[in-house]
Amino acid sequence: MGTISALRADPRLKWAGIVLVAAALLALPFALAVAGTAWVRITNLAILFILLSLGLNIVVGFAGLLDLGYIAFYAVGAYVYALLASPHFGLHLPWWAILPIGAAVACTFGVILGTPTLKLRGDYLAIVTLGFGEIIRIFLNNLSEPFNLTNGPKGIATIDPVRFFGVDFSTVTRIGDFALSGTLKYYYFLLAMLVVVIVVNLRLQDSRIGRAWEAIREDELAARAMGINTTRMKLLAFAMGASFGGIAGGMFSAIQGFISPESFILTESVMVLAMVVLGGMGNIWGVVLGAALLSFVPEILRYTVEPVQRALFGRSLVDPEVIRMLLFGLAMVGMMLFRPAGLLPSAVRKRELATGREDAQDDDGDAT
Amino acid sequence: MRLLSLEKVEVHYGGIRAVKGIDLHVEEGELVCLIGANGAGKTTTLRAISGLAHAGGRILYRGEDIAGRRPHEIARLGISLVPEGRGVFPQLTIEENLAMGAYTRSDRAGIAADVDRAFTLFPRLKERRRQTAGTLSGGEQQMLAIGRALMSRPKLLLLDEPSMGLAPIMVDRIFEVIRLIASEGVTMLLVEQNARLALEASRRAYVLESGLVTLSGEAAGLLHDPQVRQAYLGE
Repeated sequence: MGTISALRADPRLKWAGIVLVAAALLALPFALAVAGTAWVRITNLAILFILLSLGLNIVVGFAGLLDLGYIAFYAVGAYVYALLASPHFGLHLPWWAILPIGAAVACTFGVILGTPTLKLRGDYLAIVTLGFGEIIRIFLNNLSEPFNLTNGPKGIATIDPVRFFGVDFSTVTRIGDFALSGTLKYYYFLLAMLVVVIVVNLRLQDSRIGRAWEAIREDELAARAMGINTTRMKLLAFAMGASFGGIAGGMFSAIQGFISPESFILTESVMVLAMVVLGGMGNIWGVVLGAALLSFVPEILRYTVEPVQRALFGRSLVDPEVIRMLLFGLAMVGMMLFRPAGLLPSAVRKRELATGREDAQDDDGDAT
Repeated sequence: MRLLSLEKVEVHYGGIRAVKGIDLHVEEGELVCLIGANGAGKTTTLRAISGLAHAGGRILYRGEDIAGRRPHEIARLGISLVPEGRGVFPQLTIEENLAMGAYTRSDRAGIAADVDRAFTLFPRLKERRRQTAGTLSGGEQQMLAIGRALMSRPKLLLLDEPSMGLAPIMVDRIFEVIRLIASEGVTMLLVEQNARLALEASRRAYVLESGLVTLSGEAAGLLHDPQVRQAYLGE
């Protein structure tokens, strides 16, 4: 710990570290391509989940509002992109126009969810948000009649990819001998987006808004007494979280080229929440780590479980999907036992668990 | 100058009238206390002033009716409430709690000076500045709550039961501080169940009984009022 803070104190070393990490991230897809190009695609999906987790972290980690229907905003962003850039309505707007629209629409839905739930906390809020997530999914499933808005369970196909100065992100671009695959282009695109989102989140956490969220999470009544407009701040948390979800959803549409309501089920909401909690609520780097782990580990298991069984027993005894979920569940239980505040807990959460143990002593102190 | 005056203020909780039309006022620089039994409507009155409870009637603050304004707006006008049961941010450090008290301000130098002032007022808090508020004793939390409220440089400080649940020695210490703050010219409206301490510290007082003001006047006079002595001072 001491060496890390010493490293942080030296700005030259800090910059050297940033350059190193940047170089590693830029080279990462080439290393992954050795294991198979599928891994670059998996990485892209992992980045989408990191984006989603960072958005949910604003609501859950910063403002302390438990949201179990977060995937709804991802769905809204995805459908906005799909409807505005596919043959479904014959609209083909460019990505740079759609992503902000998707963010704005998702933001509106965030406020729609936020307004009636302002007085709710904890379990009650969780139930309402869970219902909201399901309502959105069911609407997407059924809005094919009387007017065909979403094409129902069949989903929307042949969604336009991102096009950047005439470069199509769905096909291979050749620069001389060098072939740049679509997945690779999306990787760099998402990476750039991720950097922007992380910077925005870091700035947000240190801002007056971030402090207001902190106060609300700790004690809403006291926050109001401090002159904080709690109504506006809670709505802002919902709106900002939803916007990030909407942007991630738009990218999902563009990358996949096809979406249907099945991609936005409750399990996905739970998964994103698990990423936030596992990584460390309220800690931006923790959330990034949590989302990366929960995206990659199941995939690694998917590719390793069967060959390992064959090597050990000569045949596959247990279905890979079953064992994958089993290991995954065990890993989660283990994490929660040994690192209950998440892998990289935020400073405040760390204290929360520490003070829990000291509470008994504190009560004695009062009586004297 | 009259800083605050309540005219026929009523507060309803559901169908129950907790405060049934009270009149009271606080002059600038004054320490006024509101005493009464449990359920008399003391806390409700403070909640009405700070906008946390919806009130009927008029609440004039510097001549302006603030009844019906939202809590954060009232806080920004310079009315600071130290809520019952302290209401500190338990997971934040003492320093962070104090900084939160200055949320509406943006003058860094002034805030730093006021943090120092809070630490001079409460040396105990300075020793524990990096400790979380949840680890403090009840009395220390009360000090922190008062210190935090002062960080907004309030024109009117509302104190709700500052002695509640504290050890006698801590109660004395809190009242010392209340006197000290009052002597510095901070206007205060104090709600207390400990009538003797409150009357001794205040200039004027109101006695509240089931939602109505039954007695009011100079605190020194009320201390010798036979009715008050019997009902609230246990004699």
